[in-house]
Amino acid sequence: MREVAVVAFAQTRHTDHDGGLSEPELILPVINEVKQSTGLKRFGFTCSGSCDYLAGAPFSFVSALDALGAWPPISESHVEMDAAWALYEAWVRLQHGDIDSALVYGFGKSSLGDLREIMTLQLDPYYLAPLGLDQLSFAALQASAAGAERKELDEIVRRSRADGRSNPYALDLPEDVGDEYAVEPIRKSDVAPITDGAAAIVLAAGDLARELCARPAYIRGIAHRIEPHYLGMRDLALSVSAADAARAAGVGKGPVEVAELHTQFAHEEPILRRALELPDGTVINPSGGPLAANPVMATGLIRIGEAARRIHDGTAARTVGHAAGGPCLQHNLVTVLEA
Amino acid sequence: MPSEPLVAEHILEFPGGYARTTGPVIGRFLTELRGGRIVGVRTAEGKVLVPPLEYDPASGEAVTEEFVEVGPAGTVTAWAWVDEPRGGHPLDRPFAWATIKLDGADTALVHAVDAGNAKALRIGSRVWPVWRSERTGHITDISYFAPEVTKIVSPVRAEYRLQVGGSLLTFLEGVERGVFLGGRCPSCEKVYVPYRVFCPACGGPIADQLELPDTGTITTYAINNLPDPRAPEVPFVSAYILLDGADIPMIALVGGVPAHEVRQGMRVRAEWVPEGERTKSMANVRWFAPTGEPDVEL
Repeated sequence: MREVAVVAFAQTRHTDHDGGLSEPELILPVINEVKQSTGLKRFGFTCSGSCDYLAGAPFSFVSALDALGAWPPISESHVEMDAAWALYEAWVRLQHGDIDSALVYGFGKSSLGDLREIMTLQLDPYYLAPLGLDQLSFAALQASAAGAERKELDEIVRRSRADGRSNPYALDLPEDVGDEYAVEPIRKSDVAPITDGAAAIVLAAGDLARELCARPAYIRGIAHRIEPHYLGMRDLALSVSAADAARAAGVGKGPVEVAELHTQFAHEEPILRRALELPDGTVINPSGGPLAANPVMATGLIRIGEAARRIHDGTAARTVGHAAGGPCLQHNLVTVLEA
Repeated sequence: MPSEPLVAEHILEFPGGYARTTGPVIGRFLTELRGGRIVGVRTAEGKVLVPPLEYDPASGEAVTEEFVEVGPAGTVTAWAWVDEPRGGHPLDRPFAWATIKLDGADTALVHAVDAGNAKALRIGSRVWPVWRSERTGHITDISYFAPEVTKIVSPVRAEYRLQVGGSLLTFLEGVERGVFLGGRCPSCEKVYVPYRVFCPACGGPIADQLELPDTGTITTYAINNLPDPRAPEVPFVSAYILLDGADIPMIALVGGVPAHEVRQGMRVRAEWVPEGERTKSMANVRWFAPTGEPDVEL
């Protein structure tokens, strides 16, 4: 396997409202930031992750290319998924051996529509979408099946918000978690906030990684697994696909100092902790995680970026980044990063 | 000067809806739904998938062509309570989402449950489908599921004509004049009110009639929180009142005092309706109200 590392990471200062910037305007600063920090102007491969339904515009990712300077033509691809999967595609592309660098970015403005109902559109169109099952409702079904303790969930929310308040890129959410239900058993505070934002990562292989970054975060394992879509066909209390992905990525082959988990709801943290078999000593989401900022389609990529940042700044030697897609943690991607 | 943000409305829609072919497996399920039946499909391993898929999610193998009728009842395996339904939801009143393992199925169906309130539902609850009257072959042909029937409401009403005679008539004639009539047993000397013609303890006749004052003492009482046509408001207090000179207490309403201030030993006096409005009825006494005298040791 070719050595590939995260050598640069940038994210917007995420907002809880639409600032009125177009998507290319949102992306441009983070693209420029990673270009500056690596000194690269062109990349062997470029891949992005976004969702047209967020803006309600077909091929909105194509116009986002304006932020790249895609002339002369570049080698480019896109996933209609969280940009963590764009990073996976870029990693696979780097394994081919003919290129040494890749730019990955993700962006989303979830403030434009009703995210809860936009997420209904990802559901099976015969059995689930016609019921109007929204994102809060299917998440609440998983919370019911998992049956986590309220005290544990409130602590997760308080910790995430406190960490988010000291993260300049995340939102400033109040200490008070409140007790209003969104859809019982999940409370409003258990739900990741509506957020607009973007993020970018540069991957580099071999010698180039060491040239571009003093302390590259090497991808020692990366894998994604998916399970049946229909909620009634799986045990919602568990995440079998996250556990499989974690084993395939080799999470358990060494200590994990920091894990950045794509938890869009508080109850997903204990489910993922168990699936990834993370010990009590692992620090979860020191950035605040998605419960402090959730720019949909960039959130998973940011988990990998945040996990890499701990290695770049020397505060950790082995970290894990996790991303999820689909209803109730249907699809999970796990990355192990090492100094 | 900051200006108002420039905002436009934008709608993404397939006018008239997006037509999808169902394929034979989902099509069969929807056709059966239109007929008022729920079916699953059997996998090569013998499991029954509900709703049916064309492949076994566990192995990826094609399912068999055997369709099995399941349910119609099932057991809730997880549920979530929606207090404020959205426009696209199947019900416009608070309801639950649930995964429901229908009898005979090996997987769970996701649907809505009309349970009234969140406390009516738990994991393990039994639920039954409520069908739409006009079915078209759509997952919403089942309007929703509903909990099992565990109670019914029975109307009870019978009408009677009661005639007052004997000692009660004598007593009510007294009430019409604004006095309480009692009687003393010549044998045990107990004074009964309302007036009666024989002593329930001794069994002997009571000939004596005596007029009792309209003051007395509360011996015990109850605070009633259920409305009653004979009471002015809820909560109201009904009490045993031992009229001065009587040996047996009489039941009556207590008013003119907050319910929580009523106590045993409290001195009260009857509050009569104006003379012109009086009839042969206990309604002549609006209630007993505190006199303000010191409490009596019972």
